[in-house]
This record gives sequence, structure tokens and C-alpha cells, in this order.
Amino acid sequence: MNNPTFLALILLASALAAKADSQSAAPQQSPVAPASGSKTVKLCDNKTTVQVSNDAPKTRAEGQKISDALMAQWKASNPNNNWVKDEVEAHQVVVPADNSKLIGTGQSSTYGTVTPQDVQVWKNETYKTAVYGSTVFHSGDQLGSEIAVSCDMCHPRAANTHPESYPKFQPQLGRVALLRDMINWCIEHPVRGKVLAPDDPKMRALEAYILAQRKGVALDYGKR
Amino acid sequence: MSDNTKIPHIKSVETRHLEQRESLFRGLQNLDRRNFLKVSTGAAAAALAAGASNHFHSFLPVNVAYAADGPAGQGFSFAYISDSHLYVKKTNERFVRQLLRAVDDVNKLDPQPDFVFFGGDLAQLGRKEELDLGAQILKSIKAPLHMMVGEHDWFFDMGQHWNELFGPQNYSFDHKGVHFVVLMSVQEKDFWTARGMSPAERMHTVAGLDNAVQSAFEVGAPQREWLKKDLEKVPTSTPLIVFSHSPLYKLYRPWNFWTDDAEDVQAILQRFERVTVLHGHTHQVLTNRIGNIQFQGMLSTAWPWPYAPQGLPALTVQMNRPNPFDPNDGLGDGTISVHPDGLVDMLYNLWNRNPMQVKASYLSSGGKSDVPVAPTLASY
Repeated sequence: MNNPTFLALILLASALAAKADSQSAAPQQSPVAPASGSKTVKLCDNKTTVQVSNDAPKTRAEGQKISDALMAQWKASNPNNNWVKDEVEAHQVVVPADNSKLIGTGQSSTYGTVTPQDVQVWKNETYKTAVYGSTVFHSGDQLGSEIAVSCDMCHPRAANTHPESYPKFQPQLGRVALLRDMINWCIEHPVRGKVLAPDDPKMRALEAYILAQRKGVALDYGKR
Repeated sequence: MSDNTKIPHIKSVETRHLEQRESLFRGLQNLDRRNFLKVSTGAAAAALAAGASNHFHSFLPVNVAYAADGPAGQGFSFAYISDSHLYVKKTNERFVRQLLRAVDDVNKLDPQPDFVFFGGDLAQLGRKEELDLGAQILKSIKAPLHMMVGEHDWFFDMGQHWNELFGPQNYSFDHKGVHFVVLMSVQEKDFWTARGMSPAERMHTVAGLDNAVQSAFEVGAPQREWLKKDLEKVPTSTPLIVFSHSPLYKLYRPWNFWTDDAEDVQAILQRFERVTVLHGHTHQVLTNRIGNIQFQGMLSTAWPWPYAPQGLPALTVQMNRPNPFDPNDGLGDGTISVHPDGLVDMLYNLWNRNPMQVKASYLSSGGKSDVPVAPTLASY
């Protein structure tokens, strides 16, 4: 969540490293004064830096070393950077639709031809929202539960959440409920937490996760 | 019913209905035909007097079926409570209240059951304080108590405190001609050492039903050997009732509704003529038969699980989908009537709704006779 574009970061770090000679950052912004005869290379997070000697050979291998050093520092200060992988290892999250058939197509209109990167970004960003939802779904702390209860305790893998059946009249509420109304009802009652605003990132992620887990099930609003 | 008239203050329609239902239901535990008529006539009169004929009809069919082919005073009965998942009181008092409700239920049974069986997962995170609290609550059960361990009791200290409180995790005993075996079916292969997990992390991983980092449940080779030895001297005509926390068959691996060496254990049990396996863990009405082994699940007092999306045994008649607006719906405890032949009728005492009975004859007939009433709202 805190580190939105891991892939982009690596790419940018490599680019920076490759152009290390021409892209030296202003020394006064660096926390450590550069040694004489060296320059400061900064990661795209605008914080992480390494010193590179002016004598360093301008080779690919040397560039990679700089990139690795930056990434190693970044990883050490962001221990949660593998949260997607960690979460998916523990809790299966259904992957979003495969759009790779679209690669190379397009009418050269506003967005041009669809690239593999486009498809990758669509997939990663969508999946990450659902995976974030999974972390909230499985954590009483993230849900703000006062009694250590989380959604998965009644709905393993989001079973029996039936998002396809909403909206529907919920006699117990006396009105038509959307999925998010039921999520909030559960948060307030069995989970005993505080209701989420409809646009709260946690609510959006919970909806994403619950819908992801029912991928392929036909919509059937109103179903009892 | 007569008690009601002595109580001076006014009771609501709901309270009176629940009390009538309760007394009818309790009265059915050990009936002969004459008592059946007494109880049902009394309930009918009371229900009609209260203008609640629909209520009366809603639980009548269960009773008729029971009275017609019931064990009529032979055999014996025992009660169960299972899967209370206690946190310490200051964390979550709801689960504590629900276990207390079950204890009240079994203590109110008249006549008292021969014993009460606890089906495992007394604690939620295996902490000493949780297990101690559970042991303290269960002490108020009047009938003798037999305990089984669940994974939530085990994986914080690998059973150490549970063993101190309740003794060995697998054992057997004989009661009125039936041989009872209690297994520890939730052993897991070591997934924690390589990951450098702390005991709390290990417990937390196992506590997540849908957590895929953990291993599959198993009885394990040493315990299977123990089981073989234990059954060596038991004649095959002796009825066998086996308790396991996880179902002793393979239902749905992603939720560990599963025992990895189930076939090996079944092979050991298969030579007996009448075998019943009663299990916890699944928190639902769950019914299966493999060869001559009958399987029945137990209800939880903490929360209900949904039915697995795949692998549901054909013989299972689902309990109605729990109503999320009713905090105790889909929960409960139960009584088990053991026929003189050693097979069992399972009475699921679902709190806040009508009880559901799954009879041995339903299973023996391959689902042809005594079919339980199908749910209006099955799993999505």
C-alpha cells in the first residue's frame, strides 16, 4: 500500500544508474556530504541515495551495482515490500481477467496500441486492490474489531458473501442493501468495529476482494 | 408448561414460545409412547392457548418421527459441546457467553446424559488463559466430561497446557457395550521451523481456516499404530464410536475439512460392523457414509462455517443458511442417542431455530428413509 509501483521503481532505479554520470543529484539535498570525487545517486523515492565514485567505469555491470545498492537500501527500510506475495501465499486471491489478447491491437486512437506493459499494469493494480482487501478481510486489527473477530471467521475465502445477489431487499434492514451495506453491517455487529465510509480505501478493497472471489458467477441481483 | 403459570410477572409472546418449545424439545430426549403423548398434548394445548398454532406445527414432525421409531428407553444418550473458540474474557465476551449457554443446555437435560463430550477448539489461540477459562467453565457441567483437542488448542505450545489440564490427547474407553476412541487428528507437518515462525505466528497461521501456509491435518503413523493396538482385542461385533476433531475423510483441502491419512484410518476401522465417527471443526450439520462408517459433524458455539464449495457428501442435508442478523443462528450443541445396536441418532440442537435430527437409519438406508427436511435457503 505504501509502495505503490514496485516494478516502476526498479525500472527507474536502473535508468538512473545507467545515466549516473549525467544525472548527479544536487549534493546539498543529500543527508551525507559526498566524498570528493564522487557523486550522489538518488532513488525515485527522493530519499534513498548512494555515493558513486567519479572514477567508476561507465559499464552496465557498474550501473547494475548502483541499482542493486539502492534497492537493497530501499528494501531494508521497507520490510513490508513483499506484502502482495506474502498475502497471496497465505490467502488465495482469484486473479483478474486476462487481457493479453489485446496486446498489439488498437486503432492508433487516443491510447494507441495496447502494449504488454499496459496489460501488466492493469492486472497488477487491479489484483493489488483485491489482495489489499484480503489483508483487511483477514485482520480483526485492520477492521478495527474490538473483539478480535475478522470476516474470514465466518467467510473463509469470502464464501457465502454472495456479492452477485446485491442489491436486494434485506427484510432485517427494511430496505434495499448493497454489498457495502452488508459489509458495514457485519463490521458494526459481528466484528464490532466502526463502519467505513463508502469511499474508504478499506471498503473499496473489501468490495474488490469479495467480488474477485466470485469471479465468473453470473450476476443475479435480488437473489435470496 | 405448568411452571409458567406460577411465575407472577408477564412474559412476552417470544419468551413463552421459546419456553414451550424448549420444554417440548427437552421432553423428547428419552421418550416412550405414553410420555410422548403427554408431552405433545401438553405442548399442543399450550401452543393453541397462546394462539401460536403455527409454532406448534413447525416442530411437530420431528417429534412424530422420533416417537415412532425411537429407541424407547433402550440404549443411552450423551451430549456434546464443540468449537467454543474462547478468547480471554476482556478480548471477547461473546464467545464466553455462548459456551455458557451450551453448558446451561446440557445441564438442563432431564434425564441427564451419560456424559458430555467436548469436540475440540476450546480456545481460539491456544493460550494458557483461554484454556484455563474454558476448563473453568466446563467444570460446571454436571455429567462426566470427555475432552478432545482441536488445532486451536494445540499449536501455540504444541498441546503442553492442554495435556496438563485434560490428560492425553488420544485415548479410549468403554461405555455400556460401546467402545469409544478419541483421536488427535489435527497433527500438521512442520511448516514453521523453515519460516522461522514464533509460537504465536504458528498458532495464528493454523487459526486461519483458509490460510494456505499450513500443512494438512493428519492422525499420523504413530497414532495409527496406537489405534490398531487399541482395537486389537475389540471384537468386530462391538459398536465403535470414534471422535476426531477434523472429519476423518477428505472433503475440502483449502479449509482443512480434511484428514490427510483418512483412508489409512478408515482401513483400520472398516473391519468393525458398526462404526460412527463424530467430528468437530466444520461447525455445521454434515453427514457422510463411507462403507460401513457413518460420519456426523458437530455444531459450534462460536460461529457457523459455510458449506465447502466442493466435495460436499451426497448424504449431507444442509442446515439452513445462518441469518447474519441473528448472532446465535447456526450455532448450538446436541444430543446423541445411541441405539442398542450401537448406531447413533444425532440431534442438532440449533439455537434460535427448530432442532434437526439425522438418524442412523437415514445413513444405513443410503439416504432413502428418514430423510431430514431440506433447507429453504441452502449455501449460495
